[in-house]
Amino acid sequence: MTRPTPETLANSARRARNAEAPVTADHTRATATPASVARSAQVSGAGSLVRSLEALGVDVVFGIPGGAILPAYDPLYDSTVRHILVRHEQGAGHAATGYAQATGRVGVCIATSGPGATNLVTPIADAYMDSVPLVAITGQVARPSIGTDAFQEADIQGITLPVTKHNFLVQHAGEIPRVLAEAFHLASTGRPGPVLVDIPKDVLQAQTTFAWPPTLDLPGYRPTMHPHGKQIREAARLMTNARRPVLYVGGGVLKAGATEGLRKLAELTGIPVVTTLMALGAFPDSHQQHLGMPGMHGTVAAVYGLQKADLIVALGARFDDRVTGKLDSFAPDATVVHADIDPAEIGKNRHADVPIVGDARHVIDELLAAVTAERAAGRVADLADWWTQLDDLRERYPLGYEEPSDGTLSPQYVIKRLGEIAGPDAIYVAGVGQHQMWASQFISYEKPQSWLNSGGLGTMGYAVPAAMGAKVGKPDVVVWGIDGDGCFQMTNQELATCALEGIPVKIAVINNGNLGMVRQWQTLFYGERYSNTDLGTHKHRIPDFVKLAEALGCVGLRCENAEDVDKTIEAAMSINDAPVVIDFVVGKDAMVWPMVAAGTSNDEIMFARGVRPVFDEDDI
Amino acid sequence: MTMHTLSVLVENKPGVLARVSGLFSRRGFNIDSLAVGETENPDVSRITIVVNAESSPLEQVTKQLNKLVNVLKIVELDPSTSVARELLLVKVRADRNARGQVLETVSLFRARVVDVAADTLTIEATGTPDKLDALLRDLEPFGIKEMVQSGLVAIGRGPRAITAGPALRAA
Repeated sequence: MTRPTPETLANSARRARNAEAPVTADHTRATATPASVARSAQVSGAGSLVRSLEALGVDVVFGIPGGAILPAYDPLYDSTVRHILVRHEQGAGHAATGYAQATGRVGVCIATSGPGATNLVTPIADAYMDSVPLVAITGQVARPSIGTDAFQEADIQGITLPVTKHNFLVQHAGEIPRVLAEAFHLASTGRPGPVLVDIPKDVLQAQTTFAWPPTLDLPGYRPTMHPHGKQIREAARLMTNARRPVLYVGGGVLKAGATEGLRKLAELTGIPVVTTLMALGAFPDSHQQHLGMPGMHGTVAAVYGLQKADLIVALGARFDDRVTGKLDSFAPDATVVHADIDPAEIGKNRHADVPIVGDARHVIDELLAAVTAERAAGRVADLADWWTQLDDLRERYPLGYEEPSDGTLSPQYVIKRLGEIAGPDAIYVAGVGQHQMWASQFISYEKPQSWLNSGGLGTMGYAVPAAMGAKVGKPDVVVWGIDGDGCFQMTNQELATCALEGIPVKIAVINNGNLGMVRQWQTLFYGERYSNTDLGTHKHRIPDFVKLAEALGCVGLRCENAEDVDKTIEAAMSINDAPVVIDFVVGKDAMVWPMVAAGTSNDEIMFARGVRPVFDEDDI
Repeated sequence: MTMHTLSVLVENKPGVLARVSGLFSRRGFNIDSLAVGETENPDVSRITIVVNAESSPLEQVTKQLNKLVNVLKIVELDPSTSVARELLLVKVRADRNARGQVLETVSLFRARVVDVAADTLTIEATGTPDKLDALLRDLEPFGIKEMVQSGLVAIGRGPRAITAGPALRAA
């Protein structure tokens, strides 16, 4: 089989081009930090855009050219910024998101006007829900044509208003450096989020002066980083007095880089920790104080822990409906300390008794100091009874699964082995559905930024392009996409990009032939009437994922029984010069447990089908 | 549910009104009245919004408004410590027989006639929504042919100005 090597066609072509291009002083200075770059030059708007990206330290952008954005692609041809030509704009957006989530830096995607821009809407909405720092740059029709229903015109600023942190329609070429700098600042500070910059074609073509650094003009943007001391002291007092406290940790802790502090705080106080789907890796799964993930498919101990808590300390979490279940019966006895950088999250779903606005890192550091002071004054919580109850639950209701009775391969087993073989140093990127939940349950996340997924929006098709972006951002780390056969068929074309651009991701397709999570709901709530969930990938082997992988320039492997799981994963681990796809043909009847059915109370958690945990109420 | 009057100071830039009004509809709020205009600082516009809501969802919408990058400041104006006015233009049937009575009503409400035609008078009135409602009730028997009303504008009583402050100077 011929396949491109990591020294890929596109890369070598790019290098050859750059070697021929005259090396100017600007090229050598382009990677300098913004503060150290001070220069001004006559350029086109497009040139100003590319120079701004260079000055902002952007090393890679994901995109597809088209009519309105075409002027930008000319200076990009000579730039130090690597452009990765994707196959669909949605892929560019998710790749930028994966890059951002894996590295903590701003991810950048580029598309043309009209359909190029509208294809970015899903990844932008996805990044908005999961607070990912993303800058999307779109071409727009020339200013005189705006509002005339011109060819490939779409009001992308209007369309993305509800799903961006902010967006811009650039009116003059002279604004480009400032708008780009503002976009990056907005995307990456405060509560991170996507920012869209729409630039009309004639603005890209106009002559202008590029000057750097620009002065930001954002008088209405003042995120609160440092928490209020009084609130911190009150929280610390509650934490040392509570009898059944829980630290409810969300994605904000990862974004703030506060995981070290979190560990110290947890160990100092001895308080049990739950990490949400967006926070896996923020606190080591293997840590004795970790109860697991709360919510719809969380562990019994984590769900019960929150439900019976007398104090919930929420750090960078937002009381999402998947965590709380039926809101009015959630954690009825808990006093709530809610710390978040976004004041609008505090009290949005659940009343906060102690609201704390601030960056999670500062909040945790100051809580550490305040709790230390409380302890020095002799106030130490006795959590022995609480831990006895929680340990008992952990023992009686551990995460687990039953081997399928029909002899099919168990998806949970595949994912568990994948996590054990690839280990905690790998990055795991999941799609959305059953495989995502199993990946959250049966892989042990020990490090921050080792688990990427689409949490808030639940975007099927996220995994392949996001894994691509993560691998670009962390080329030395093994990146495993864990995808379902439904998800995989939405965005697998980006594997062609991976093959050509030398991005050797590994994709495990957990192929149960069905839209598995939807099928699970049909099993449980629709009388086993399987309306439109059978994808035919089992029955007809259409598509044949091995052949598809090969057609996309990847290595395709297949595994259909438990004995072959390890050696297939090991075979994939040994290939580092091409993307690999493994078609794991698994049984279709496996279900995700535990489960809190949508709209019901967390008290109704089911440990397995027909099995409700027995809680000894007298213990409390 | 109670009526709340919000004064929202925003950057005077294209599209800001769409961001603000879109946020209200997106979060499930109906705007009862809305008025926009420049302030003493040409870089700053002031949007006065009257909204009917419980205080807890109102707090949420205020926080969401504060997150809009172009929003500089939000102040809720208490009716007891602020002055609020609407403008009404109304075209009333007033033939020879009725004209005297209509003019009497106009003068009672300290309104003004701004246009006269053979069978109609056009009246301008400013005041609180209650006063304008009362005027309309009195004019209704004569026959209202057409009317148009502005959104409410409001300003706090006393010497303090909500437009003072570092953020607004920077704008």
